[in-house]
Amino acid sequence: MKKASAIAILFLTLLIFWLLLNGSLAADIVIVGVVTALVIAILFRDGLAVFSEFRATPRAFLTAFLYLPYFLGELIKSNLHIARVVLTPSLPLNPAIVKVRTRLKSRMGRLILANSITLTPGTLTVELDGEWLYIHWVTAEATDIDAATAQIVAGFEKYLEVMYG
Amino acid sequence: MVDILIYIAAAVTGIAFLFALYRFLKGPTAADRVVAFDTMTLVTVVFIVIIALAEGRGIYLDVAVIYALLSFLGVIAVARYLERGL
Amino acid sequence: MTIGGIIGGILMLSGAAFLFLAGLGLVRMPDLFNRLQAGTKATTLGTLLTLAGAACLRPDWAVKLLLIGLFILFTNPISSQVLARAAHRTGTPQAAGTVDRLAEDREKRP
Repeated sequence: MKKASAIAILFLTLLIFWLLLNGSLAADIVIVGVVTALVIAILFRDGLAVFSEFRATPRAFLTAFLYLPYFLGELIKSNLHIARVVLTPSLPLNPAIVKVRTRLKSRMGRLILANSITLTPGTLTVELDGEWLYIHWVTAEATDIDAATAQIVAGFEKYLEVMYG
Repeated sequence: MVDILIYIAAAVTGIAFLFALYRFLKGPTAADRVVAFDTMTLVTVVFIVIIALAEGRGIYLDVAVIYALLSFLGVIAVARYLERGL
Repeated sequence: MTIGGIIGGILMLSGAAFLFLAGLGLVRMPDLFNRLQAGTKATTLGTLLTLAGAACLRPDWAVKLLLIGLFILFTNPISSQVLARAAHRTGTPQAAGTVDRLAEDREKRP
């Protein structure tokens, strides 16, 4: 049962992607899309898809909706931060690889957390090891676990906890 | 007017490409070259979109999709090779 | 000369500016990890802004441009994370004064 729903979710994601890419609903395109998406979904049923561990509750959808503007805001902030560092003649760097911990349990939640951290101010995920993440920080302000966790992880975690757990 | 803005954007993007090319040639490690290559690919995707706009041909966007996809696979392949051989 | 055209042109120009900053970061930063930071963030936003600008200029292409943007938004951080991990495991030199908790933890384990 769990496997069937995984296949169905992956199949629908792929099919929607294919239809948007083609931008038409002609019979031949739909047939090719359905067959390919089904074959891929069955072959890769153990893999991850964007929605595979998504909690389909109204609160999760609302959080996902709120997550997007928060994330885009962080992305723009991170770019302004990098721009300021690169354009300063003295190059004010204080690089460090810090260790932080996440409360998220699901694989997809951790993946999105790692991706989001990479795109936010001055941080880049280097290694994932269970609940520990190692993060390269261009202008490190704290190198102990708790302070770094509060500063890097906490903002995203409260959204992703509702969405993926 | 808008055409001029697009041409300026293309010129600035071209300078970014030259910076990445410098890093690609200079190195010093293989990973540095891969980063430079990845940046050059994304710049190329932007160029393809600009060319599609200038020529008014939407079919070029498909090329941009495939190019972004191949670059992702290329970087993953090189990174795995660096880690433990293919 | 439409409103959409002006917004599109400005978006494309700012996207190009961020790509320029990415290139500058690649040249100026002292070690691989800092270069990766500049490379990933600035190219992601630069490309997204350019695609958004193109979508303003040609609204009929918006769906396909959105797909390219989503694809880049998902794959770009993954490829730099994989690359950063590979570089760290193979011992790429880091800038002077870098505190490295990952190397410390690696040494503790056999």
